[in-house]
Amino acid sequence: MIKPVNQKAWWLVLPVVICVAFSAILPLMTVVNYSVQDIISPERRVFVGTEWFVSVLRDEELHSAMVRQLVYSFAVLAVEVPLGIALALAMPAAGWRASATLVLVALSLLIPWNVVGTIWQIFGRSDIGLLGAALQAIGLEYSYTGNPTHAWLTVLAMDVWHWTPLVALLCYAGLRAIPDAFYQAAQIDGASRLAVFRYIQLPKLRGVLMIAVLLRFMDSFMIYTEPFVLTGGGPGNATTFLSQYLTQKAVGQFDLGPAAAFSLIYFLIILLFCFVLYNWMQRVGTHSTGTAASDAGERGAV
Amino acid sequence: MARIQLDIAHSYRANPRDDADYALLPMRQTFEDGGAYALLGPSGCGKTTMLNIISGLVAPSQGSIRFDQRDVTQLPPQQRNIAQVFQFPVVYDTMTVAQNLAFPLRNRGMDEARARARVGVIAEMLDLSAQLDQRAAGLSADQKQKISLGRGLVREDVGAVLFDEPLTVIDPHLKWQLRRKLKEIHRELRLTLIYVTHDQVEALTFADSVLVMARGRVIQSGSPSELFEQPAHRFVGHFIGSPGMNFIPVNRLKHGGSVSGSGSGSVSSFDDLIPPGAITLGIRPEYLGMGESKPGEPSEMNLLAAKVQRIQDLGSSWLVSAQVESGAEGGSDCLVRLRLARDAAVPALNQVVGLRVFGPHTRFYDAQERLIGRESEGALR
Repeated sequence: MIKPVNQKAWWLVLPVVICVAFSAILPLMTVVNYSVQDIISPERRVFVGTEWFVSVLRDEELHSAMVRQLVYSFAVLAVEVPLGIALALAMPAAGWRASATLVLVALSLLIPWNVVGTIWQIFGRSDIGLLGAALQAIGLEYSYTGNPTHAWLTVLAMDVWHWTPLVALLCYAGLRAIPDAFYQAAQIDGASRLAVFRYIQLPKLRGVLMIAVLLRFMDSFMIYTEPFVLTGGGPGNATTFLSQYLTQKAVGQFDLGPAAAFSLIYFLIILLFCFVLYNWMQRVGTHSTGTAASDAGERGAV
Repeated sequence: MARIQLDIAHSYRANPRDDADYALLPMRQTFEDGGAYALLGPSGCGKTTMLNIISGLVAPSQGSIRFDQRDVTQLPPQQRNIAQVFQFPVVYDTMTVAQNLAFPLRNRGMDEARARARVGVIAEMLDLSAQLDQRAAGLSADQKQKISLGRGLVREDVGAVLFDEPLTVIDPHLKWQLRRKLKEIHRELRLTLIYVTHDQVEALTFADSVLVMARGRVIQSGSPSELFEQPAHRFVGHFIGSPGMNFIPVNRLKHGGSVSGSGSGSVSSFDDLIPPGAITLGIRPEYLGMGESKPGEPSEMNLLAAKVQRIQDLGSSWLVSAQVESGAEGGSDCLVRLRLARDAAVPALNQVVGLRVFGPHTRFYDAQERLIGRESEGALR
């Protein structure tokens, strides 16, 4: 096969490159600029190399924020993904009930972040809030402003309330895309409800679940507005996640150098985690083949 | 092994009022044990509904289904001894081929050793032995379809296998192989096979008996040659054969203008040949011949004049389309097609030819479009 060589198509990519450069790369370079210099005023600046990076990485506060953030993000995934799948499975497939359910489920997605924070701030109050008062009434000393665990759980519950519907909607779409023949074949094969879920629905949902996991991971890893409104990062530092930490540095203390350095690190962390999650989920299918094949091999050997 | 008896009607609506509300009109149908049947018909004729009723995926709104003497109307699919292969291959993506094949056995609680032995036998039969440890998701469509079939065959109690257009997504050259495989399995296992298709070539080459369906009815059931020679209804004549049967309104024949051969008595002899009540004459393109005549001076009597409109080279034969000359009152267009052997004399374009419409293969149809002169046996019970 001889293919004609024609490189002219690169010119077609140029507009995109220019757009991305203006909207993403150049602003990012500003951050890079700040991260390697100490800028006192536009005329007075000193190149400091990796100094900011080193100082940020050695910051104890950052370490604990990082741990809180990771635990939080994985808790979000651990709750929202199974719950979203369960919700999608329970939603009616067709008719007016399906439309009504879709609207109801999607409702929380339409509420702005800061409003969600405010809603929960009131919802959780032990004097006038439905949740807080109810918990008080059954004898739980609930206080999201005083108790770090309660605060952390409330932020988690708020995120679950706000974003599980997204996972559910994605899964719902994935479920509707499975042809009837699969269910019919499974019925004829005598498969149990659990087997249908395990061998038909779950494998067919892999694509949408990957999107759901990545979206929820990225979003929860960058969570800012809701805890800011609800707890302001407290009590103590209990709900101070990475974004809060960053804002405190950049806006509160005006440490632009360390804040810029950390922004870059933050960006790389998210990129890394998404990369790892994506590859892991891509491999889940093939991995199970590996065990399946070795299973079969063992059985063959026995 | 199973002899399947249907006495059913089905409507997807709750309160069907007229025939159009029914997916299947009330019918009785028997599929003999070990027979190979095809359900043939256009989309929406009810063939898939019938299949799903047999397999138990759809419960008929009226009537009963018997496998041998057992009434299975109320049984769910997994309790009937049938297997079904769908239009699009169904495999369990995360399993290997072996696990796929063993799946129905495991669900029924068969022990590992027996299941493995059984899977081995079926894989051998379907030429899947080499792929047993591969993941099913990575295989080609025809192999996936074999797995679907294998999941049915692997159960020892299976008496009938139902196919719902199983070759739709298979490459043409593999279609032949897979169909041959099906016939082989049919010979080997003597299972009852019911095969739904809208492709007449598939139906006619696969089945011993073909049921032609339209609008919820079985119009005719019979061997391929019966369907070809004795279409019980104009629909069958039109649907079977490529191209379908030619239909010529009888009144075209009765008016002298359309008859070449103005000699004495020829017109009246036309009338003699047409049975009472006949509205349409039907003749297959394969049997429609041309008389050796020039218009006006016939060497043969009883020829129908027609003007050649188009000649297509089909490779092994010629397909000639001709317009029957309009009668005295200038009736509507009537195009007929005839298939001529490769070495036959081919007429020129726009030439007027005499068509030999009467012969042993000529059929007549009444006002209800039914075949005249054939007992109603078999067709519509």
